[in-house]
Amino acid sequence: MTLQTEIPRENLGSLAAKALRHKSFAAGFLVTLLVAGMAALSFLWTPYDVTRLVISDKLLAPSAVHWFGTDHFGRDVLSMVMIGARNSIAVALVAVGIGLGLGVPLGCWAAARGGLVDEALMRLNDLVFAFPALLSAIMITAIFGPGAINAIIAIGIFNIPVFARVARAGALAIWPREYILAARAAGKSKALITLEHILPNIATLLLVQATIQFALGILAEASLSYVGLGAQPPMPSWGRMLFEAQTRMAQAPWMAIFPGMAIVITVLALNLLGDGVADILDPKSRRRR
Amino acid sequence: MSLLEIENLSLAIGNRPILKDIDLTVAPGEVVGLVGESGSGKSMTAMTVMQLLPFTAKAAGSVRFDGINILAATEDQMCALRGDDIGMVFQEPMTALNPVKTIGEQVAEGIRWHTKAGRAEAEDRARKILDRVGLPEARFPLARYPHELSGGQRQRVVIAIACALKPKLLIADEPTTALDVVLQAQILDLLRDLVHENNMGLLLISHDLAVVTEMSDRITIMRHGEVMEAGETARTLSRQVHPYTRQLALASMHVPKRRSFFPLEGEMSPKATEGVASGSKAPGTTEMSRSGHSVAFSPSRGETTPLVSVENVSRLYPGRRTSFFGRGAPIHAVDDVSLDIAPAQSVALVGRSGCGKSTLARMILALDNPSSGAVRFRGETISNRGEAELKPARRDMQVVFQDPYGSFDPRQKVEKLVAEPLHLLETKPSQSERREMVAHALHEVGLGPADLDKYPHEFSGGQRQRLSIARAIITRPRLIVADEPVSALDVSIRAQILDLFADLNGRLGIAYLFITHDLTVARAITDEVLVMHEGRIVERGVTNEILDRPQSEAAQALVAAAPDLHRAIARKIQEQG
Repeated sequence: MTLQTEIPRENLGSLAAKALRHKSFAAGFLVTLLVAGMAALSFLWTPYDVTRLVISDKLLAPSAVHWFGTDHFGRDVLSMVMIGARNSIAVALVAVGIGLGLGVPLGCWAAARGGLVDEALMRLNDLVFAFPALLSAIMITAIFGPGAINAIIAIGIFNIPVFARVARAGALAIWPREYILAARAAGKSKALITLEHILPNIATLLLVQATIQFALGILAEASLSYVGLGAQPPMPSWGRMLFEAQTRMAQAPWMAIFPGMAIVITVLALNLLGDGVADILDPKSRRRR
Repeated sequence: MSLLEIENLSLAIGNRPILKDIDLTVAPGEVVGLVGESGSGKSMTAMTVMQLLPFTAKAAGSVRFDGINILAATEDQMCALRGDDIGMVFQEPMTALNPVKTIGEQVAEGIRWHTKAGRAEAEDRARKILDRVGLPEARFPLARYPHELSGGQRQRVVIAIACALKPKLLIADEPTTALDVVLQAQILDLLRDLVHENNMGLLLISHDLAVVTEMSDRITIMRHGEVMEAGETARTLSRQVHPYTRQLALASMHVPKRRSFFPLEGEMSPKATEGVASGSKAPGTTEMSRSGHSVAFSPSRGETTPLVSVENVSRLYPGRRTSFFGRGAPIHAVDDVSLDIAPAQSVALVGRSGCGKSTLARMILALDNPSSGAVRFRGETISNRGEAELKPARRDMQVVFQDPYGSFDPRQKVEKLVAEPLHLLETKPSQSERREMVAHALHEVGLGPADLDKYPHEFSGGQRQRLSIARAIITRPRLIVADEPVSALDVSIRAQILDLFADLNGRLGIAYLFITHDLTVARAITDEVLVMHEGRIVERGVTNEILDRPQSEAAQALVAAAPDLHRAIARKIQEQG
């Protein structure tokens, strides 16, 4: 007996079409693309050279010549925002990467093994958690010296327990399910079950956490730069731009408004993107927003 | 005069019609049963009376309770009614109580809210009603938390909350579905007594025709949001005028046709068992043929080596932590159990919830290890073995779970899900082979190849249970352990799935271990019964003999409590004439 089993599979094209119909995903994706494009463009071209100081043009209000105005050294704020995007995105992306790459396996391992391994890992987690992240990041950069790379590492380390904890909690909720028991009855190892069943089911959770951490990463980088431990001058960063704008808020508000807006818009876009991806990956979602 | 009068009630949520022209009345002191399968609109009818509907719901028609027009009542008026004049008991006692509040607080809460009574007075009344529902303060102090109570006790608390203010109408939505038969009988007795004492009206919602028949004076049968038939219980069920009533009654009493496994004779024509099978005959004849069958069946199997043998197996769980270092006495979940299952034999393991059935099943499946004793599969010990050594045994034993919703990974497609046990084969099948095998297994359980690329949520409960069975038979196992495989299903679906089990047993010679608290299931498809009580097997033997003449106390309690439609109808006819 032959059964008709040739059925077209869902291809990548239809998934992409589904994704673009999802409004919040499309909006988030578009804006993220715009920010990333702006950062990429800054490698090739910026309206002005940010290393050149033109004191005569200092603190100019936004105009057709300087869209976002100029700062106290006469540098073009738009150009600085563009270059600053590089720094902020790179720091946040790598920091989230470190957190996901190390935290998720640790969390899944703890959940799968249980007992002493679980206990030890989670207490270690608590230890890292016990220090305020920013304070410790300041400590790390203070020891190893300020700079973008050290900022990335410092922020990354504090992402590890966040992801470990979320992954573990998510995995623990999945482990007692009957389909896991069925997979065990099918002789699958814990590692394989984690890979095949646990991870896809906690992916949404992790994704949402990742967008939050990404946003926090940008803020953390901004904060580190703000206290002078992030990107070093003359390399602009959104955080340091805010710091420098602080004392001139009344005089030249555009110095603060534009980098601030850049942070807000990027974070918002990432949140929309994360929500959208979570929705699209869920086979049950038939919602159109 | 009626207490609750529903006339021409129609309900739509969004653009989807849910209820159509529902007529229903409940008089004081009367028990009205509302029966139907899932999705028939029973619960929605109850929710309309309570006005606990989703915001997008639109109701038309008339619902009058005690002279009040419910559909026009404001939220404030409803708040005053709910919990005071109308009480409600929900299905799931595990989630109907707030886990961070004591039972005393939860019962007193409603009393204080509605009567503006002081803390002490409310507590006093809470104490009285808890005592009334069978939770005397001496043994169950008000300061207990829900997790310290068993399922049946929690349901008593839920009933106490609903009845604390002596409501005129009590709505019980599947109040015993999550409980075992013995607890079910107790809770039903309690509800019946409360109705008599307070002259309450009771709207009892259930999918179980036998339960409703036993309890109710009048019965309303619903399907697809419409009333199919309504009337006095005895008359409605003895005449069965409406075809759907007959269909429902037949399905409730359904006994699958079974044939013994003789590989040479067994023709391999897979016949889909769709629709409510008409296999059920008068009870006397089926019983005779079945007992004749099992007598011829069992002894011949006894001589061969058993497929599974469980030898003096015990499983201890560490006791509750009593202090920082100390623990209480360990709990014997399974206590010195021995049993054998012969190839192609179908065995039922019956017992009340918490008696250790599922723990024993897990040890037989080598998903848990016994504290002492050993489980052998085809003569080889499978307890305390590594996964690699277990592979051959795992290939030949599979599992079907109770919950058709929880037993599939929602993120994977059917093809991958059903193919999961193929992981156990020595040579991995190619992708097209795999697809072919899965399609075959689906075909065997009455599903089509078009289902391969669907996700589990696209299937109904019954279809998912078929998927579950397809997954279990794909490696052609010798043993399937089924843990309450039909208790979450509607009666007509249940009949189909039981037929499928019986059919596979006949065609493929698969041995079953059926874990159940439902004796009708045990009677329907098993040769032998093991009765388990508090971790021990207290009685064993041929199914019909045990169920007809139980010897042990535990078995007697189970048999006495099991709802039986024939018995219930007969009793109703006597009562109502």
